[in-house]
Amino acid sequence: MIDILLSVLILTGAALTFIGSLGLARLRDFYSRLHGPTKATTLGVGCLLIASAVFFSLRDEGVSLHEVLVTLFLFITAPVSAHLLGKAALHLKLESLAPMPAQDDDPSDPA
Amino acid sequence: MLNTALVIAFALVSLAFLLNFWRLLKGPDAPDRILALDTLYVNTIALVVIFGVHRGNAIYFEAALLIAMMGFVSTVALCKYLLRGDIIE
Repeated sequence: MIDILLSVLILTGAALTFIGSLGLARLRDFYSRLHGPTKATTLGVGCLLIASAVFFSLRDEGVSLHEVLVTLFLFITAPVSAHLLGKAALHLKLESLAPMPAQDDDPSDPA
Repeated sequence: MLNTALVIAFALVSLAFLLNFWRLLKGPDAPDRILALDTLYVNTIALVVIFGVHRGNAIYFEAALLIAMMGFVSTVALCKYLLRGDIIE
């Protein structure tokens, strides 16, 4: 029973990781490519970490909390790095499929 | 059953690695390559976690945690370099 749960979690996680990377390779401009890895891949790794937390909690005595640390760190840092990447792309004025937003003189823009 | 799932997961994550390497080589711009590197380190965490379950050894999480920290810092440093032309001003 637990084997089935673990297998489903591992397969879901691996499939989501693959879909995220497929999005990175196949989508047409940078701003859409930013979506694949930052959402799907992070969710896939989250599924794998849940699977491994269940596996090690059942195998050894006590609850395995290492995975929670990795999950927390990954889920906090993924949006930050995505935000910085988007900012860098806007600063370099990469071409986008959608029309770029109108420029206004934003004093907080570091450009 | 669990072993079959682990083998399929290894194959899927390896394919994801190949797609990331393709994007890393093709570009076309610097942020694309940084995004490919960022995804590579997240996929490496996935691979290390699967490998830890496969070997039944909990020590691999320390490696995953280290990769997560180093990867985040390197992504932020590269983005900062693109934004400002300097990392620590």
